[in-house]
Amino acid sequence: MVSLGFCFDLFGLKKMGILFSLFTVISLILIVYSGVKLANLHLLFGVLIPYMALITFIIGIIYRVVKWGLSPVPFCIPTTCGQQESLPWIKQDKLENPSNTLGVIGRMALEVLFFRSLFRNLKFEVGAANPAEMKNESRVIYSSDKWLWLSGLVFHWSFLIILLRHLRFFTEQVPSLMRLLEGLDSWFQIGLPHFYATDLVILLSVTYLFIRRVIIPQVRYISLAADYFPLLLILGIAVTGILMRYFSRVDIVDVKILTIGLVSFRPVIPEGLGIIFYIHLFLVCTLFIYFPFSKLVHMAGVFMSPTRNLANNSRIQRYVNPWNYDVKVHKYSEYEEEFREKMKKAGIPVEKG
Amino acid sequence: MAEVMKEDKTLKVDYRFPKTGWMDTPVEFKQGMFCHGSKAKDIEAVGFPNPREWSSKDKDWKLPPDWKEIVLNGMKERLDKYRSFKLFMDICVRCGACADKCHFYIGTGDPKNMPVLRAELLRSVYRKYFTLSGKLFGKLAGARELTEDVLKEWWYYFYQCTECRRCSVFCPYGIDTAEITMIGRELLNLLGLNTNWIAGPVANCYKRGNHLGLEPHTYKSQIEFLLDEIDTLTGIKIEPTFNRKGAEILFVTPSGDVFAEPGTYTAMGYLMLFHELGLDYTWSTYASEGGNFGFFTSNEMGKRLNAKIYAEAKRLGVKWILGGECGHMWRVINQYMDTWNGPADFLKEPVSPITGTKFENAKSTKFVHIAEFTADLIRHNKLKLDPSRNDNLKLTFHDSCNTSRGMGIFEEPRYVIKNVCNYFYEMPEDTTRENTFCCGSGSGLNATENMEIRMQGGFPRANAVKYTQGKYGVNMLANICAIDRAAFPALMDYWVPGVGVTGVHELVANALIMKGEKERTTNLRGEPIKSATEDTDKNIKQPQMDTDKRR
Repeated sequence: MVSLGFCFDLFGLKKMGILFSLFTVISLILIVYSGVKLANLHLLFGVLIPYMALITFIIGIIYRVVKWGLSPVPFCIPTTCGQQESLPWIKQDKLENPSNTLGVIGRMALEVLFFRSLFRNLKFEVGAANPAEMKNESRVIYSSDKWLWLSGLVFHWSFLIILLRHLRFFTEQVPSLMRLLEGLDSWFQIGLPHFYATDLVILLSVTYLFIRRVIIPQVRYISLAADYFPLLLILGIAVTGILMRYFSRVDIVDVKILTIGLVSFRPVIPEGLGIIFYIHLFLVCTLFIYFPFSKLVHMAGVFMSPTRNLANNSRIQRYVNPWNYDVKVHKYSEYEEEFREKMKKAGIPVEKG
Repeated sequence: MAEVMKEDKTLKVDYRFPKTGWMDTPVEFKQGMFCHGSKAKDIEAVGFPNPREWSSKDKDWKLPPDWKEIVLNGMKERLDKYRSFKLFMDICVRCGACADKCHFYIGTGDPKNMPVLRAELLRSVYRKYFTLSGKLFGKLAGARELTEDVLKEWWYYFYQCTECRRCSVFCPYGIDTAEITMIGRELLNLLGLNTNWIAGPVANCYKRGNHLGLEPHTYKSQIEFLLDEIDTLTGIKIEPTFNRKGAEILFVTPSGDVFAEPGTYTAMGYLMLFHELGLDYTWSTYASEGGNFGFFTSNEMGKRLNAKIYAEAKRLGVKWILGGECGHMWRVINQYMDTWNGPADFLKEPVSPITGTKFENAKSTKFVHIAEFTADLIRHNKLKLDPSRNDNLKLTFHDSCNTSRGMGIFEEPRYVIKNVCNYFYEMPEDTTRENTFCCGSGSGLNATENMEIRMQGGFPRANAVKYTQGKYGVNMLANICAIDRAAFPALMDYWVPGVGVTGVHELVANALIMKGEKERTTNLRGEPIKSATEDTDKNIKQPQMDTDKRR
C-alpha cells in the first residue's frame, strides 16, 4: 500500500511533520470557509458537526479507557522516588514513595495538578570543571530546567480555565462560580471587554511549546506530525477566539442562541454569526474528534499509569496477577538427584541418604 | 579486557543529530557496543523456542521462517497482558523530558539511546500493525514495517538499556522504558535472540542454582575458602551451615559475591556478622542465587528462577528469609516475587531474633533486606563497632538503580555506613537517590565484549565519583549491589583510577569488634588499619541518630 506518508517522502520534504500539520490546519479552515460562505452549510457546521464531535469525544475517551482497562496490571511496579516505608525510626517519603492509597492520591494529585515529574527536569552539559576539584577534566553538570514544566503547566491550566469560562455560553444564567472565575481571569481590567490573562498565556505557551519542538534538536528529531498538529490546531482555536472577543467582535446574543439551542436539543441557527465563529467552532470540533485517537489521550492515560498510581506495598501485602500461571521449575528433587553424591561427600545434608 | 577502548580518556561525544530521520538511519553494529549472541545449548537448557547457533555479527541471524508472525502475535499477547505496555505505547507526547536522562545517551550521544526513541523503536511497529492511523498514514504517523533490520535494531538497543528506570522518574506520565525494554527482550527471546551473557547464567542458574554454575560442593568450598581468610584475619573459626533444615532464617545473596573480588569481602562480611550475632541461619546451595538473569530474559524465566527461593524456604522449614546486597534481586523481591511465587504463608512474619524488631514492611514476602536488618541492629546498639578501622577509606555511596527506583532503600545503607565509617561524602544530589545513575552494566550488560558501551554508559556515574575524588579525596565507592561490585572496578579504573569498590557489609565487618578476635592489623583486604595500634575502646561509636538532613 502506498501510504500518504510515502508520498511526502517522494517530495523529499524533510520537515514533513510540520508542513503536513500546517497544511492540514489550513485545509480545515478552507473547508469550513467554503462550506459556510459558499455552500451555506450552516446546519452542518453549526449543529451536526458539533453534536458529532461531542459524541465522538465522549465515546472515544470511554473506548480508550476501557481498552486500557481490559489489560490488567500484573505487577506492582511503582517508580519509587523517595525513601520506602521501613523501620519506624526511618522517615518515609509518603508522597514520592507511597505505601498506601492516601499517599497514592497525594502523589497523583501532585502529578496531575502540578506536573510533579516534569518539575524535576534537569539539563546536562559537559563543561569545564573547577580545576581544583576535577583537575582539568570535563565534568557533567546538571542544572534545573523548568521551562518545559512551566509552559506545560500554564498551558494546561489556561486551557482548562478557558474551557470552563465557555460554559457561560451553555447556561441561561451565568453561575456565580463562573463569574468569580471570569473575575479572576480578567483581574487586570485592561481594555473593553476586559482582557483575559489566560488568553495571552495560552498563546504564549503554545507558541513556546511549538518553538521548542522545532529548535531543541532532541525534540525536533523525535517529533511527528501528530506532535505539531495539535499545537497548531490549538493555536488556531486560540487565535480565532481572541479575534472574536477583542477584534472582529461577535454578537454574544447570537452565539448564545446557537449554544443554548444545542444543549436544549432544539438547535436554532441564528443569522449574523460571522465566519470566524464557524472557523473557531469547527477547529474545536476537530480537536474533540481527534482527541481520543491521538496522543492527547494522555489526559486520561496519566491516571492509569502503573508506575505512578500504585502503592509501593508489595512486600506488605501480596499483589495478585490475574494471569499468573504455573511454570516449569527445576525442582529440588531433580537437583539432589543430579548432585547427591557430591553433596554427601561435601557434607551437605540430603533428603535421600 | 578493554582492548576495544581507546587510549584517550576524555569524553568526546558528538551530540549532533544525523541528517537523516531516525527511521531512515539504519542500525550500525559498532564494535564494543553489543554482546555475543546466545548459544543453542543455553536456550535448550531452559526449553526456550528457536535454539540455534547464530552470531550477532553475522548478516543472517537464521530466523525461523514465520518470525514476523511470532513477533506480532507476541506483541498482541503482551498488549492484552500488560496495561503498562499498552498505555506506554499510546500516551507518549514526545515532550523530550526523558531524552537526556539516560546514561547511555549522555555517554554515547546516539539518538536511539534517548528513552523516547528507544520506545519509538517498538512503538513505530505497534502503530503499523495495531493502530488505524499507523495503517492509514504509515511513516507520517510514525509507523513502520517490521523488517529484519528493525529486529536487529531492537536487539542492539534493547540490550543497550539497563532497565534502570531513571527516565521514568522524569516522565510526566511515568512511562517506564524498563517496561518497554523488558517486553522488547521478551519478543526477541521468542526468536531465540538473547545474549550469551544473559542466556548462559540463566541456564546455569536453572540447573545448578546460581548464575556461575557452581555445583553444591564447589559453592560450599568457595565459602570455606572465605572462612579460612576470616580465620587468618581474626583468629575466629566460623562454621556456617548449608541446606540445614530447621534453621530460623534462610540467607540468600547473589552468587557473584561468593566467587569474585571485591564481592567476596562483602560475603565475608555477612559470615562475620552472622557469626558474631549467633544467628540461627543457613545458606542453600539449591537457592544459591539472589540475582535473577531470568528477569532480563522474560517474565516467565524470572519466575522460574525465583521460584526456588520460596521452595527451598519451605523445604528447609525456615521462618523467614534474609537477603543480601543486590540491586535487581531486590527489585524482583519487592515488586515481583510474592506475585509470582507467593503467598509465602508457610513462613512467619519476620522478626529480628536479636532486637525483637518486627519487619512490618516485609510481612507478606517475609523477605528482609540486610541493610534493614543491620540498621536495626545498630540502632539497638547490638553491635560493637570501631569505625576508625575504616579510616583509610574516604567513601561515597552509589544508590543502585533497582533498589532506588524499584524499592526506595536510601536511608538504611547510609545509616549503616555512617556508623561504621568516619569519612563519608555524598555525590552531587542530581546523581544520587532517585536521580542515581546506573553503573552502565546492569540488566545483564556486564560482559567483556561490550566494554565500550559499559564505559560510555557508566560515564555519568563515574564523573560524579570523580567529582568527590577531586573535592574530598574519596577513594572508595560503596554500594549494595553485586552487579555494581562486578562492574564498577573496570569503570573506576578507566575513568577514576584510585577509587576502589566495596559492599556495605565489608565495611561493617571491618568495624565489627568480634568476641574473642585477635587484634586486627589489617582490614578484610589485608590493607593495614590506620589506628591498629591505638586503643580501640575510645573509638567505639554510639549509633548516629541523624539520618540525612536533606529530606
